[in-house]
Order: sequence, then structure tokens, then C-alpha cells
Amino acid sequence: MATTTLDSRIPPGPIEHKWDEHKGHLKLVNPNNKRKFTILVVGSGLAGASAAASFAELGYEVRCFCFQDSPRRAHSIAAQGGINAAKNYHNDGDSVFRLFYDTVKGGDFRSREANVYRLAQVSLNIIDQCAAQGVPFAREYGGLLDNRSFGGAQVSRTFYARGQTGQQLLLGAYQALEKEIASGKVRMFPRAEMLDVVIDGRGRAVGIITRDMVTGKIDRHAGHAVVLATGGYSNVYYLSTNAKGSNVTAAWRAHRRGALFANPCYTQIHPTCIPASGDYQSKLTLMSESLRNDGRVWVPKQPDDKRRPDQIPEPDRDYFLERRYPSFGNLVPRDVAARNIKHVVDEGLGVGPQKNGVYLDFADAIQRLGRKAIEERYGNLFAMYEKITGEDPYVVPMRIYPAPHYTMGGLWVDYNLMTNLTGLYALGEANFSDHGANRLGASALMQGLADGYFVIPYTIGDYLSGHLGEKLSTETDDFRRTEAEVQERVNRLISIKGTRSADSFHRELGRIVWEYCGIARNAAGLQKALQLIPALREEFWSNLRIVGGPDQLNQELELAGRVADFFELAELMCVDALDRDESCGGHLREEHQTPDGEAQRDDEHFQFVSAWQWNGVGKTPTRITEPLEFEYVKPTQRSYK
Amino acid sequence: MNLTLHVWRQKGPADEGRMVQYEVKDVSEHASFLEMLDVLNQQLIGRGEEPVAFEHDCREGICGSCGFMINGDAHGPMPGTTVCQLHMRHFKDGDVLHIEPWRSRAFPVLKDLVVDRGAFDRIIQAGGFISVATGEAPEANLIPVPKPVADRAMDAAQCIGCGACVAQCPNGAASLFTSAKVSHLNLLPQGQPERFDRALSMVEAMDREGFGYCSNHAECEAVCPKEISIDFIARMNRDYLKAKAQRGMKTPLQT
Amino acid sequence: MSWFSALYRSAVGKKAVMAVTGIILFGFIVLHLIGNLKLYEPGLYKAPGETGPGVRYINAYGLFLRHVGEPALPAYGALWIFRIVLLVAVILHIWAAWQLTLMSRAARPRAYASRPKIHTTYASRTLRWGGVIILLFVIYHLLDFTAGTVNPGFVEGDVYRNVVASFSRWYVSLFYILAQMALGLHLYHGLWSLFQSLGWNHPRFNHWRSGFAHAFAWIITIGNVSFPLAVLTGLVHK
Repeated sequence: MATTTLDSRIPPGPIEHKWDEHKGHLKLVNPNNKRKFTILVVGSGLAGASAAASFAELGYEVRCFCFQDSPRRAHSIAAQGGINAAKNYHNDGDSVFRLFYDTVKGGDFRSREANVYRLAQVSLNIIDQCAAQGVPFAREYGGLLDNRSFGGAQVSRTFYARGQTGQQLLLGAYQALEKEIASGKVRMFPRAEMLDVVIDGRGRAVGIITRDMVTGKIDRHAGHAVVLATGGYSNVYYLSTNAKGSNVTAAWRAHRRGALFANPCYTQIHPTCIPASGDYQSKLTLMSESLRNDGRVWVPKQPDDKRRPDQIPEPDRDYFLERRYPSFGNLVPRDVAARNIKHVVDEGLGVGPQKNGVYLDFADAIQRLGRKAIEERYGNLFAMYEKITGEDPYVVPMRIYPAPHYTMGGLWVDYNLMTNLTGLYALGEANFSDHGANRLGASALMQGLADGYFVIPYTIGDYLSGHLGEKLSTETDDFRRTEAEVQERVNRLISIKGTRSADSFHRELGRIVWEYCGIARNAAGLQKALQLIPALREEFWSNLRIVGGPDQLNQELELAGRVADFFELAELMCVDALDRDESCGGHLREEHQTPDGEAQRDDEHFQFVSAWQWNGVGKTPTRITEPLEFEYVKPTQRSYK
Repeated sequence: MNLTLHVWRQKGPADEGRMVQYEVKDVSEHASFLEMLDVLNQQLIGRGEEPVAFEHDCREGICGSCGFMINGDAHGPMPGTTVCQLHMRHFKDGDVLHIEPWRSRAFPVLKDLVVDRGAFDRIIQAGGFISVATGEAPEANLIPVPKPVADRAMDAAQCIGCGACVAQCPNGAASLFTSAKVSHLNLLPQGQPERFDRALSMVEAMDREGFGYCSNHAECEAVCPKEISIDFIARMNRDYLKAKAQRGMKTPLQT
Repeated sequence: MSWFSALYRSAVGKKAVMAVTGIILFGFIVLHLIGNLKLYEPGLYKAPGETGPGVRYINAYGLFLRHVGEPALPAYGALWIFRIVLLVAVILHIWAAWQLTLMSRAARPRAYASRPKIHTTYASRTLRWGGVIILLFVIYHLLDFTAGTVNPGFVEGDVYRNVVASFSRWYVSLFYILAQMALGLHLYHGLWSLFQSLGWNHPRFNHWRSGFAHAFAWIITIGNVSFPLAVLTGLVHK
């Protein structure tokens, strides 16, 4: 395979003018010609739905695909906390630059400055758009929008709708999408899973192959451009806060067709989730980060302390975050908190029946502020905790443990959000995005909507304008060949007829990736994982059992296809994690820590994006690098002491 | 605990379907109801039988994918809870549970416990949106929304579209779902220009899909995982009747 | 009338029709009760200028109903207008109920194997069958006291006598009492439900709706049940 060179197409000029200048020079499609173009949008979360609706409003013909029964169910819906925007409504010194600065720093200097600046700029428009759509954001008594400070930010820039911000933003985009479906500009294909992207002889994306999840029918769809907005890959760990259906298949299929996969080892492990309770556990539930504002994290000093938590006196408790980080205390960033929690549990100090959590204790806050104040702040979260665990957190301290939550890595894209494959775009969590090595709270929603509403509608025209008059056809050799390959793969999965379910393989894979490529990684562990994963993958392909045929609703077949891709992704994650011989953000290599145990970057050798090229199953992928330059935010060592 | 399950099994839309009995042993009281079904499904796969198909995704009560009847209760016996958040500690050893899909003409069964809820999307298509194309929006704080109004709109907007309201309604009505969206948008200042068209179109879409009528039993409210109030149904009726009175003989724009 | 058919086409419109006709019928029931309470009026009524011994109040009331509006209207004129309004209301109420019942059947072609639990009141569940009982009762009631065909020794105009004659038979009284209980449940749910159907809802008076429904359902039921009981216990006698 020829080595691809990366052109990130970052426009020249001062950072605050780059996007405006760029927009001013992008080529346009005449309004009358827009209807002659068909755009395929895969995924209907914040990025996908907002993009599909915006395309249709502009006049393009759109086909939108989601594997759920309705676009409204995409996993963006589960985001709780909020969405950042540099509105500075609180007059507290926020600005586009400050949001940009915080995001670059929060990402531990592994993101692209120009992209992040643009993200901060369009954050303003997002709030306007969503408010106009009827998103019921929280309001102050004067009727104006309320903001809160989130995730340790020093300004109040987070907009929210109770604890269901993601739901409300998604419903806004979904409603805009449904309006366009009614107008006929968007054809929606729910319960359709993209199983491959079709690349023509010139390396251009010209369509996709989908499977109708009710009938099993394999379909071809041709488009002038293909937009992937298919989310992240935290489910590679099996247990994560992602929805059960979240998967990497669309992005991975594109990767196998030549799209570069960037920074796969950058994953975010969220510190405050409810610990697993047994081996039947199917997913983990996030408890909002805001709980750490009032809750104190501790473990007993003695392992195997059998006393009830309220019977353990202060001298026998270790408030390890407060001890190690006197100034930030319990409010240290996600990656730092997660790492420390794992550390004490690994030392055998964990609490709970499985000894797999730490206490998040509100007793002090309840004493100081009264139960009522705590109820007002966290009532719904406490209720949710009680629903799941059967324990009353007003009386018994919560137990928490980190869980995979978000993946910063994804398909490599240029400034226009196009992958290295012409005509193939990636938006939202599916791209390697603007978050560098660590994402700040309330930034995922911002990025998904920025990409979908305010970036791709401009940049896609620049590409399409050069392809006016091109006829679409699914009756080409490229389509026939790709469809045959998809069909062959489905048949292969079905015909293994082994003894183990896809779920059991997935669980085992998840354990390996969590163990060796989770919160903390080291070379020996990663090398071990790189032996374990291929071995398990081979067992998968020889011992998988799928009950039921391909021509029906078959949830086992769906899962098996996704797990198969997770295997290959898991390998790439480990390769990347091993290759990136430094620590940064969510990627902690145990060999590279400061004397205090913090992530130690190596800017001299690793200030770049690793974009990996697929070379085949079991073959070492090729690393292509995109150097990162920091003109406006000078890299520093993060410190939360 | 050990449980006896009677589960609706139906191979596909055209299949007649039947209840099938299963025994599930050693269920942990900490498992969720869906995890209990996962355990059953792993056992079925082990025996070479097709697992029970059921819809689920986020498993944290917000996506609205999951839902079926457990002994005559939509989402089971706990109020304000979806089946994914329902935990087995609310059941006891030896319980016999009947598990059936939502039953509604507008929700045809696709397989086992999976139904097609596309009718809900089509109701939204009829008017469940505010027409504002990307980029048209004014500065967000130009239109203040009184806090009580925003809070009320949020109460309605919480609907997760799971379909439990339809399933439990003795008339198979979709009034709670529809009224939640009508109310969410009609309460807000941004929703006023299309307020009456929205009420007309969405109510009529609801009838077109083959849902039943609302006879104010309030069963929907009792099983709604988000505990959405039937006050919104009254509000929808009011907007609809007002719209009819204003428009007189004109039929609404077909969308 | 095309606005009406346009409205009536939708389920919400049908329910509004049921609510409005329900209000008319409820108004009638209240007036009917007030009129019947004259059964308990002691003594005899004498019209101004009348010299005879007078008639029982309830009979005078019956007479009034037949002649109200005279001479502007012919005898029985107002009564018939009233009857026609009631008849139209009854027909629309039942017709809409029938169509909605069909709609509800169609909405769930396949029933649940395990009957859905009832989380709210039973009053709402008895609405349909309660309505049928009430209809049968009304037919009997008309035959009893208006046409007189099932009333032993019916005397037109002597309401008092006819009532006592009818209710002296325990089984008629029992049927009457049961029918009034059905009416009570029907009213309870109907009176609350009509606020919903017509969209009369506001946080400030929502809690009154249930109180209103409760109060009137009890008032009407107790009032109506008292008549046969009064006859059976001899409180009201020949």
C-alpha cells in the first residue's frame, strides 16, 4: 500500500481569522444544484442528526441511517451534565479564547489548535440554534439562560437542561431531522446498520452497504459523499457507560478500506460510575461528575476493614485525593481521579462486596448544608443510585469506580472533517476530534453539534461543487464487489457454528483491554495484550455460535459483527498505546510519570497525531504522523497540587 | 432466586406467536431485569435455541428503547422505572412472570418483545418541531423564557418515547406521548407561531396511525417512566379545540 | 355543519362532544334532582288565586313543566324543546361513545395474555358498562313515570302517587338504587374527565376538579337513592 501523506488543510493566518477566512474561500454549490447531490449520513446522534437536518435545509438530498429503531435513541441522549459555550453571560471573564485555551490544555496538548479555536467560536451559535429549536435549557428567574461551572472550570459556561442535557439537545436535532423527513428531503433508514463503505477505483467514497436489521437484506446506497457520525468505541471494554449498541463498526469498516484511524489509545475513563455488582453486569452507569463538588472520596486505611463505613472513625480513613492534591482535592480532573481510585483498589483497599469501589461520602456535606440542600442538588442522582444499588446514599456512602466513558481517538480528519479518503467525512466522537488526549466535561455535546450544524454544512459544499453532474449508480463493480464481501462475512459468521456466544467473547476481550489498556498501561502489559487478543480473535472466528439465520432480526448476528471489529480495534489500541511511549491525558504509561505520579508528556518525541493505516488482519499497521504545533497555548506540565 | 418466566415468542411479523415457559435459576437480586434476560439468553444459546429478542440500548433509562409488559405492568411493578433500571430485588424467589410485548395496532410486533414504534416518529413529523433552519436563530437570550415556563416545558420534554403509555392504556391511546411533545413546544415562546397548526396536525396524525382515544383513565401517567402528567393531555386538547374553533372549517395543512 | 364533522372526525373532537353533551345531561340531572326533592315538601301547593285545597308540590311542579312558557309557547312547548335537546345530547353522547369504543377495540387487536393491571380508579373502568346500565334504566324510567306503561295504576299528572306506587315494590327500588350507583360512578369519572377532554386545566384549579366530581357524584347519588328508600321506609307514603 502506498504511504498516505497527511494534509490537515489548516488555513493560514491568525487563529481568530482562520475559520472566517476559510469559509470565505470555500467553493459553493448553486442553490438549484444542491438537489442534484445525495449525501449519506450514517448515525443520528447529535452530529449525525444535526448534519442531516442541516444538509436537507440547504437543499441536498439526504439519506440517514441508524441502527436503533428511531433516530431519537442515539446515545448522545444519555449525556447528563451540559454543553459548554463561550457566551460569557456571567461576566466572569469567559471568552472564545479562554474556552479554546482550556480545551487545548485539558487535552494535554495533543489536539489541533485551529480546530479547537473554531470549536470555541461556533459554540456561541450552537446555543442560539438550540434555544430557538425549543430546547428547554435551565433559566434564571429573569427568564435568561442559566449557566453552571462544570468539571473544575473556573468560569460558568455550561448550559444545561436538568440532568438531561444530551437528551434535550438530541431531541432538538431529532425534531429538525423529522421535519426534513416529512418534507421528503431526508429519507430515514432506521434499523439499518452500515457494514461497509464503497470506495471507487480513484479512492473516493461513493456509497455504503447496509443490512436491514429486520429482514436481513443487504442493501446498496450510493451518494456523492458519505458522512460517518457513528460515535465512539468505549464498548471495546465491554463494560462502559456507552449504550449496549454503541460500536465501532462503521468507522472500522472505513478504516479497513483505507481511512486512517488516529490516536486510538486516547480513551477517557470517567471516575464516578457505579461499580460492577456481579459477572452478569452488562454495562456501567455514570454518576454525574458534579457529585465530586460535595462528596468526599475515601477508603479505609486497613484492607479488609469489616466495619460499616459510618463506624470507621476519621483516623482510620484515607481521603486519598485530598491528601495527595491539597489544592484541588476531590475536584482533580477526570483522568487524575480515575487513576488514583484504581490505584487504591489495586492495593486491596477497595470497598463493597466485590472490593471494587471507593466511598464517595456525603455525610460531611449533609451535616454542613442539611439534607434538603443535598436533595436539591443531587436528588435525582441519589434516586438513580438507590434504584440501581438498593442502597440509600443519604445514609450509606456511595460506592464509585471508574468506567470507560468516551474515546478521543477516531478516524483522522482534516480541517474540513474529511478523512484521508476523498468524499468520506467523520463527525463527532467518531473522528479523532478536538479533545486531544483528554476531553473536558460538557465538551462532547459541543463538538458533536459544532461539527453537524456549523462546520460540515460549509465544508461539504467545497467538495461537492467539484462533482456536479456526476450520476450515481449502485450497479458498478465497486458496489457489487463490496456487497459480496459483506455478504460473505455475514455468511462466515453464521456458519462457524461453534460453542461460544458473541457476548462471552466480548466480555473476555473487554477484560483484556481493561486490564492492559485501561486506566494505566505499561509496555509489558501491552505486549501481553497483543498476544492475548489475536489468540482470542482466532478462537472467535473458529468457535463462535450464532443461533438463528441471517434473513431475520438476529441480535446475535449484529453483536457478533461488532465484536469482530472490536477485536481488530483492540489490537490497534494496544499497538498505539505501546507506540506512544509517553503519558498524556487519558493515556498513562506507567513508565512515564512525574515523581508525583502524574502523566509525563514527551513533547520532543510525541507532539504529533498518530494516524494508523490498515495493513490487514494480524499485520502491523503503518503509523503516519501529523505534527502538532502550538502557537497560542504553550505546552506546560499540568499540575493539580 | 429462581424464577418461572412465560415469555412471548414470535419469530417474525407474520408469525402467530405464543407464550413459552422458561425456568431461570440463581438470579442475583442485584441484576437488572434485562441482565436477568441476558442470563436466560446465554442459557438458550448454550442449548442452541434462539435467544429472546428484546429492544435495549442505553440501559440507564433514557434512550427509551426498552420496555415490555411484566405481569400486566408496562416496565414492571416499580413506578418511574424502565425495565433496564428495574432490579431483581423487587421480585422474590419462585415468582412467575408473564412477559409480553407492547400491544397496539400501531406497534406491530417484529420479533418476540420487539415492536415497531415508527408511528411515534411519524407523529413528530406531523409537527413536533419548531421550524428554524440552522443559522436562522437569533441570539439565545433575546427571547427570555420565564423559569416556571421553562421548567414546565422540561417536565413535558422529558418523554423518552418508550411507548409504555400506549401499552398500558385500556384504549391503546398515544395521547400522553403526543401531548408531551405538543406541550413542550407550545409552552415555549419559540413554539408560538406554529402552536395551533402543531396541535391540529399532531392530533390528527395520532388518529391516522391507529391509536385509540383518551378516556382519561390516567393509566399512562401511572406507568410512565418519566412520570409525565396527564395535565399535558388536557393542554393538548385545549390547543386542539381552540385551533378548531379558530380555523373553523379549514382542515389543517397536510404535512 | 362541516366544522362540526371536521371536529368530530378526530378522537379529541369526539371526546369534546361527549364532554359537552355530558355537561348538558349533568345539568338535567341536577335540575331533575331539585325537582324531585319536592317529594319531601310537606303540605299542598296553591297557585295564586286558586281557591281549592291545592295539590302536592311535586304534582304542581309537573304541571309547571308542562305549561312553562305559556302563552308565548303552546302547552308542552318548552318541555318538548327541552326533551329534544336532551334527546340529541343523549344520542350524540352514546354515538360518540360507541365509535370511540370501536376505535379502542381496533387499537389493540390482540389482547394481552396477562391482563393489564389497573393503577388508577375503578370508576373509569365502569364507564362503558355503567353507561349501558344507565341507558336501560332511563328507558325503564320513562316507561314508568312518563308513559306509565309499567307503572301500576298510572295516573297522568299525579307524580306523587306514581312514585309511591312504583317504589313500593322492593325489586323496582333495588333496580333504581343500583342504577343510581352506576350513575354516581359514571358522573364521578365523567365530571372529572370532561375537564381533561375540554382542556380546562390550570394548576390553580386542578385540585378542585376532583373535589367537584366527588361532591356532585355523591350529592346526586344520595339524593336520588333517597327517594325509593323514603318510600320503602314509609317516610313518603300515600
